[in-house]
Amino acid sequence: MSSVVLKNIVKRFGSYTAVHPSDLEIQEGDFVTLLGPSGCGKTTTLRMIAGLLDPSEGEILIGGKRVNDVPIHKRNLGIVFQNYALFPHKTVADNVAFGLKYRNVSKDEIARRVEEALNLVQLPHVGGRYPKELSGGQQQRIALARAIVIEPDVLLLDEPLSALDANLREDMRVELKRIQHQIGVTTVFVTHDQSEALAMSDRIVVMSGGRIEQVGTPEEVYNRPRSEFVANFLGASNILDGVCRERGAETATLEVPLFGTVPVPQDKAAGISDGPAKLVLRAEKLTLMDARADITGMIAADATVETVDYQGQTVRYFVRAGDRSFQAINMINERPFPEGSAVKIAFRSQDCAALPG
Amino acid sequence: MRSASGLGWHLIRGWALLVYVFMFLPVAVVVLLSFNASQFGSFPMTGLSFRWFVELAENEAILRAFETSIVLGLLTSIISTTLGVLASLALVRYRVPGANAISTLLIAPILVPEVVLAVALLLFLNFLGIHKSFALLLFGHVIFTLPFVILVVQARLVGIKREVEEAALSLGANPVQTFFQITLPLMLPAVLAGALFAFTISFDDITGTLFWKPGGVETIPTQIFAMLRNSISPEINALGTVMIVMTVGLPLLGVAVARRLAQRSGG
Ligand SMILES: Nc1ncnc2c1ncn2[C@@H]1O[C@H](COP(=O)(O)OP(=O)(O)O)[C@@H](O)[C@H]1O
Ligand SMILES: [Mg+2]
Repeated sequence: MSSVVLKNIVKRFGSYTAVHPSDLEIQEGDFVTLLGPSGCGKTTTLRMIAGLLDPSEGEILIGGKRVNDVPIHKRNLGIVFQNYALFPHKTVADNVAFGLKYRNVSKDEIARRVEEALNLVQLPHVGGRYPKELSGGQQQRIALARAIVIEPDVLLLDEPLSALDANLREDMRVELKRIQHQIGVTTVFVTHDQSEALAMSDRIVVMSGGRIEQVGTPEEVYNRPRSEFVANFLGASNILDGVCRERGAETATLEVPLFGTVPVPQDKAAGISDGPAKLVLRAEKLTLMDARADITGMIAADATVETVDYQGQTVRYFVRAGDRSFQAINMINERPFPEGSAVKIAFRSQDCAALPG
Repeated sequence: MRSASGLGWHLIRGWALLVYVFMFLPVAVVVLLSFNASQFGSFPMTGLSFRWFVELAENEAILRAFETSIVLGLLTSIISTTLGVLASLALVRYRVPGANAISTLLIAPILVPEVVLAVALLLFLNFLGIHKSFALLLFGHVIFTLPFVILVVQARLVGIKREVEEAALSLGANPVQTFFQITLPLMLPAVLAGALFAFTISFDDITGTLFWKPGGVETIPTQIFAMLRNSISPEINALGTVMIVMTVGLPLLGVAVARRLAQRSGG
């Protein structure tokens, strides 16, 4: 059953449309991420689900019921904000207990569930403290405990990790995913960080300019982007203008400059027909090789290394082939190719995707 | 060079000291003389005595004025604070059309000279055919103290993150519960400060009160004013001392309480 459904939802602020007509279905228990650059309408969408904003048009269903006219305090949702939004004048325990007070839960039961929630976020001994006595990461855990202790139908998180520093963010990412898995609550997570989205989500909703660009599993949106925007937003891609010569049962054959004919697997060439088409070459799938290397089974072109951006285990190259520049991110075995060296850039046809031109 | 600038600073310090002496000496003299045993309200001191405070406590007119001032101050404070909190909420939390204009209008009484405000209100009510009454006096005081409450409360409210209230709503508290559980406790120091401001300003006020009060009703300031016309009785010194204790002591007490609250709530 779908836990959250958005039907043709629109949000306008005055004459400005922040969210264009959008449809979305979120399955029970899924961890769904709204991913997109700042200002693309993620928060607006989340706040409409929460009941903090009224949609200008369309319907919102939660658990199969229309909730457009249900005020936020009757929606039974858990919300975690970027800036934690803990109640500064209440102790941690009172913060976590807050939602239970409005739910006909006995005193003993409240105490038990608060303790349980604090255990779940691995902060069992801070109940008596005030929020300001905790670190940022701890405060965010308490905010999470406060949101899940009420056993919400949906958990909504708006960039909950972006106020934390890098190391803590990675820990919290794992932690959050563990907790979500453990309690199995349907979760809508908002972020502009593609690696966060790829690491945590069951499904990713890629948004741009108030529109949903693509919905799919991390593997799908990463390997089978449906638009140039998605291809570029999730990691770096090289996009070549070409022509689709033949649409076969297994492959779509594209012809692109430099590389010639490329047979793109069917499942990565959805919506392609004969005529103009684009070839998506992920930077991670484009390998630099010695100019004299054996390239059987690969499609290659001659190139010159322009810039080398050394990143430890990996290296990011900017190379020139023909009249354009390509980006390639490779693992380093020995030494990276020096700037100015003549190389081959090569890829396997099954690693490409095609987009309508 | 160094000694010259040193001298300059000494002069400035000395001057500042003189200004303070000039401002506070009369107050100190009043307090001192209120304990004077002599039957004239002036120097020399002939002995230490509480007789003027006792006489004060036995003076019917003064007791009545005192009662009026207290009742007026309390009512002004309650009404002003309530209205001020509601107005601040509306202006800060909800997008009211013309919020800026309304805000200016509510703050305006601070900027307009009190006499002008007093006369204007009086003329307006005359025009409406409404007679002077205690209610009118109260109305005047409320208008006059409201801006102070709004300024203090608004400043605090702006600092309370909207997300904190939204979090409470999402957890199941309705808007009223959210206000009493979250918003009000967080802005309580400002609300108390506003209430104290309103009370002391009302308690101290004489200009507007002279215009608005109905015949026969006196507040402490107008009572002192009336008594001064006859003679300078030492009772006035005692009354002055009481006023000072109230108008200085109350806010100090309030600040202390607000500090305690702020500390407990973590700012
Ligand atoms: N209350 C508002 N009034 C006017 N415009 C708004 C309001 N809230 C958001 N917007 C605009 O809507 C767009 C989407 O905002 P938002 O949903 O916050 O983006 P995101 O969370 O993806 O960064 C932005 O251009 C923003 O300026
Ligand atoms: Mg946002």
